[in-house]
Amino acid sequence: MALGTRIAPASRPMVRGGGWAVMAHWLRKYRRVWFGSAVSSFLTPLLYLAGMGFGLGMLVDSGSGGVGGVPYVVFVAPGVLAATAMQVGTGETSFSVMGGIKWDRMYHAMLATPLGPRDVVAGQLGFVAVRVLTSVTAFFVIAAMLGTVRSPWAVLAIPVAGLGGMAFAALMFAFAARLENDRGLTLAFRFVITPMSLFAGTFFPVEQLPGWLQPVAWATPLWHAVEACRDLFLGTVALGPLLGHLAYVGAWAVLGYVLAVRVLTRRMVV
Amino acid sequence: MPDSPLIVARGLVKRFGDFVAVDGIDVEVRPGESFGFLGPNGAGKSSTMRMIGCVSPPSGGTLQVLGMDPATDGPRIRARLGVVPQRDSLDEELTVEENLWVYGRYFGLPRAVVQERAKELLEFAQLTDRASSIVEPLSGGMKRRLTIARGLVNTPDILLLDEPTTGLDPQARHVLWDRLFRLKREGVTLVLTTHYMDEAEQLCDRLVVMDRGRIVAEGSPRELIDTYSTREVLELRFDTDDHAHRLGDVDGIADRVEVLADRLLLYVRDGEAAHAEVLRRGLEPLSALVRRATLEDVFLHLTGRSLVD
Repeated sequence: MALGTRIAPASRPMVRGGGWAVMAHWLRKYRRVWFGSAVSSFLTPLLYLAGMGFGLGMLVDSGSGGVGGVPYVVFVAPGVLAATAMQVGTGETSFSVMGGIKWDRMYHAMLATPLGPRDVVAGQLGFVAVRVLTSVTAFFVIAAMLGTVRSPWAVLAIPVAGLGGMAFAALMFAFAARLENDRGLTLAFRFVITPMSLFAGTFFPVEQLPGWLQPVAWATPLWHAVEACRDLFLGTVALGPLLGHLAYVGAWAVLGYVLAVRVLTRRMVV
Repeated sequence: MPDSPLIVARGLVKRFGDFVAVDGIDVEVRPGESFGFLGPNGAGKSSTMRMIGCVSPPSGGTLQVLGMDPATDGPRIRARLGVVPQRDSLDEELTVEENLWVYGRYFGLPRAVVQERAKELLEFAQLTDRASSIVEPLSGGMKRRLTIARGLVNTPDILLLDEPTTGLDPQARHVLWDRLFRLKREGVTLVLTTHYMDEAEQLCDRLVVMDRGRIVAEGSPRELIDTYSTREVLELRFDTDDHAHRLGDVDGIADRVEVLADRLLLYVRDGEAAHAEVLRRGLEPLSALVRRATLEDVFLHLTGRSLVD
């Protein structure tokens, strides 16, 4: 058995698809927790839609006859769908990114191999895409079973919400990779992610916000994801606005990815 | 070609802002040799290792690893290196064998090859019976051995070990040394850093002594001891607050005397004879110990400081 050195051919093939190997690693980690994670993927929408949609919705509907002519639960379902994608996406690229740099130091191990920062980011985001899409799909199934889907177009809300989730995941990756400790993450969730999931048109139309706050809501990628999903759910979708929303969210996703690679490179290759 | 050096550094520099971690070192590592960087914490050993490992770009000088330039061929070089970092970076949520499988895939090795290789490596690392255990609860020594096994998964041309036994208890260290010694016997090129002189003496064919980013001496452990120390050392401990006060008493006994906080080190050819002379002079040390000189003595002589503080 030869454990060690051999004179390797200088032309040993370069590793291709390093990102896939990274993604496979994350999926393997996930296998240990998938059951609990899957249960919560189904339970979360059920609780949200039951509590907010039907509980709160009863008050809203009896008070004002729904929102924009539809029952509250129908209004809120696509909003929460998009917000869930954001929560899942950012949840997977916050503490684990910090850990890869500082705690379990997994990124150090990865970068000692032929992999580069690009593979590390792409591979992890590939895994996050799987997580986001499965969560969104579970949500969609529950939402459909509860009768909140009004149009066959609604099925397209799955990839649209998924894109939104990925934009946030990539941005969170870039943010987390800069931090020295996890206080910044707590702050980001408390003062950015949570307020955004509440006020970006998810639970009530942004027109209800004070005038000066409305442009802020419009600027968030979440509002665009929510609007697109809602149009698809209700069947009120038109190509122009849909493409506009997608382009806006997509631009943030690309920016997030580029930043994540750049920040991670600066952090690790010193 | 087979004898051309695997690593060549000329005037290699690493700067972090104003701080110069590595200050113009020249190093050559040849195939099959076991090469060490010895020095205290902060001497620049780890920075040097990170540059050789192609994860840290040099700030100056030239560096060639496996005949290639890390600046342009980093991934190609890393494909042929094994790295055992100072701090474990295992995936503690996965099992022992999964760690090897996952890592092997990073080198683009086919799944079947990796699984076969993992079996051999677990055997080597004496972890076969823990193959399907989660890593997290394993002992420090086991994790270190797994890290070494992981570093070998791609059958590297050079294995880089940064402080391989730091933080391990003596027994675990000996197990690890035994494993590394076996690799060395098989002809694996080892490059390691350490601040333990016994480790350097056991494992290194050749080493450089580093201090404050510079190389202060180079040679085999034996050569270094012969050049910078006497064969034996007589350690004397007196009942005094300052051992410098007792220097006069031992005048003329030794080639050289070092004053430490708690003892005097007398560098002599014949320790027993020197001890007899101490007793003849009627000096009454609390304790007297004759030992062979080590690299610690070399370091003390070269820098005036101890390796481990």
